[in-house]
Amino acid sequence: MSTAATPVTTTPPVAAAPVKVSAIAKKGLSSRWASLAAVIIAVLWTLPTFGLAISSFRPERAIKTTGWWTFFSNPQVTLDNYRSVLSTEGANSLGQTFVNSFVIVIPSVIIPITIALLAAYAFAWIDFKGRNLLFVAVFALQIVPIQVTLIPLLSLYVDAGLSGTFWTIWISHSIFALPLAIFLLHNFMKEIPPALIEAARVDGAGHVQIFFRVLMPLLTPALAAFGIFQFLWVWNDLLVALTFAGGTPQVAPITVGLANLSGTRGTAWHLLSAGAFVSILIPIIVFLSLQRYFVRGLLAGGLKG
Amino acid sequence: MHPTSTAGKFLLMFEAILIFVAVVSVILFIAGRLGGRRSDRWVAFAFLIPAVLMLLVGLLYPGIRTIFQSFFDADGNGFIGINNYKTIFTSSDQLVVLRNTVFWVVVTPFVATSIGLLYAILVDKSRFEAFAKALIFLPMAISFVGASIIWKFVYEYRPDQPGVKQIGLLNQVLVMLGGKPQNWLIDSPLNTFLLIVVMIWIQAGFAMTVLSAAIKAIPDDIIEAARLDGVTALGMFRFVTLPSIRPALVVVLTTIGIGVLKVFDIVRTATGGNFDTSVVANEFYSQSFRASNQGLGAALAVLLFILVVPIVAYNVRQMRASEAR
Repeated sequence: MSTAATPVTTTPPVAAAPVKVSAIAKKGLSSRWASLAAVIIAVLWTLPTFGLAISSFRPERAIKTTGWWTFFSNPQVTLDNYRSVLSTEGANSLGQTFVNSFVIVIPSVIIPITIALLAAYAFAWIDFKGRNLLFVAVFALQIVPIQVTLIPLLSLYVDAGLSGTFWTIWISHSIFALPLAIFLLHNFMKEIPPALIEAARVDGAGHVQIFFRVLMPLLTPALAAFGIFQFLWVWNDLLVALTFAGGTPQVAPITVGLANLSGTRGTAWHLLSAGAFVSILIPIIVFLSLQRYFVRGLLAGGLKG
Repeated sequence: MHPTSTAGKFLLMFEAILIFVAVVSVILFIAGRLGGRRSDRWVAFAFLIPAVLMLLVGLLYPGIRTIFQSFFDADGNGFIGINNYKTIFTSSDQLVVLRNTVFWVVVTPFVATSIGLLYAILVDKSRFEAFAKALIFLPMAISFVGASIIWKFVYEYRPDQPGVKQIGLLNQVLVMLGGKPQNWLIDSPLNTFLLIVVMIWIQAGFAMTVLSAAIKAIPDDIIEAARLDGVTALGMFRFVTLPSIRPALVVVLTTIGIGVLKVFDIVRTATGGNFDTSVVANEFYSQSFRASNQGLGAALAVLLFILVVPIVAYNVRQMRASEAR
């Protein structure tokens, strides 16, 4: 995991490495063409979002009759789109689903991380019979696509009288997160020097004390990394929510609301643009403020898992 | 019975969290009372039981159940052998689904990885590196649903009549170049490739981040040695960069490949699987929940599972190999 520690998004000091592959490659391509190519990609990657962002502030009539680029010659600004999307009443409003997204995401992050922490600790630091076999089994469960589990899970929820409640979504997201969470947290825990754990044991600390006093403080970055992953995955999920709450607007998250709006009112761009931006805003904020941890987790998960 | 007010929902949420905290506290309390090294086994048992139970009930049992179900008919009552699988590989609708899935899996990983690699090299060590990377990286935070809406707006079509202006960027560019506007999402198989663009747009940032880290990890002395040998820029890429980042490349390609196989949200939001754009993961949903054909839905889910296994196996083997080195 040595690569995971490299903070890749920060620009390293220019003087640190005098020659780099890419620097030479760039010289070969002539740096002007290279810059041009980079700018073209960057523009292609930003323009679609930018266009929808501008549109979300334009009046309905303007959106439907002229392109968003005319905004610069004829700027008209309104917040009406956001008002109709965010209100908690009306057929087109996403206000309720926005609230539901928060109610869904918080337990769906806390529960699997806590359970995975306990399991990862047992796998990493407790010697018991069949440990490796069980760990490999958990690791292998990562390949099960959630599609395979949905219908039997749904009938289990119906039998338990839980269908159409938040419980189904909380439980499902927690289960689906476990294999990867246990695997990643186990890897992070294994990196902690065994001497630290041994020293604590010699001092008479039990597993619970070691868990809280020695490991938890060291694991904060790993928890943040996986927490963001899980947050983005749950907030942006459509399949799980559609399966377990598709028919219950009181429970459905904003992704379901948006997908429905897109299906039934595919040309209501004043609603779709504002709705999309409301749904995008929260993950972008979380993402930008915790990007460092996200990249770390990505590299640990990508290169190791 | 279920709360409908915002306050009620959050109250329920806190209740759920409290119940969960109570359960975990009990586990920790019991584990804490068990002293001495002999009790290790019991501590491990207490720590593992919640995870193992959840995985057994929530993943293993449903998985086996679905495999079983895939040999039954639409209501799940009559045993029909491998007929559902025959349908997938013979009915003309399902063959289109398979064809589209092949397009997705073949095109997306390679194009997204190439763009990510190119961009990582282009902006490496430039003055605006952090900012330039953030631009490409940001789509990763956006939901597939949001991304699909963003791109549907780019592809938006207005009838080609006097006085009607195009509001979609793609058609506007086409009109400015003297072409006729197209209803892009209707034409198969072009529409599938336009949906693939959305996935590439999202995944290129992932490829770039991982590959950029791999490029930065290449030891300076290797590069210096190659440079002293007078290796050209292209030679440097071919003989130094590419071999050094090979493990990362494999991981990126396979990770995107697995993600692409399971892609559902984009197709569902952009076209709903209409106009011959459906893929296996979307067809699973349509058959299971819209067409109420449980058997076929289960068979499609199992097919998805079977398709994912070799990619994951290859991925794991590559990781083992690169770690052993």
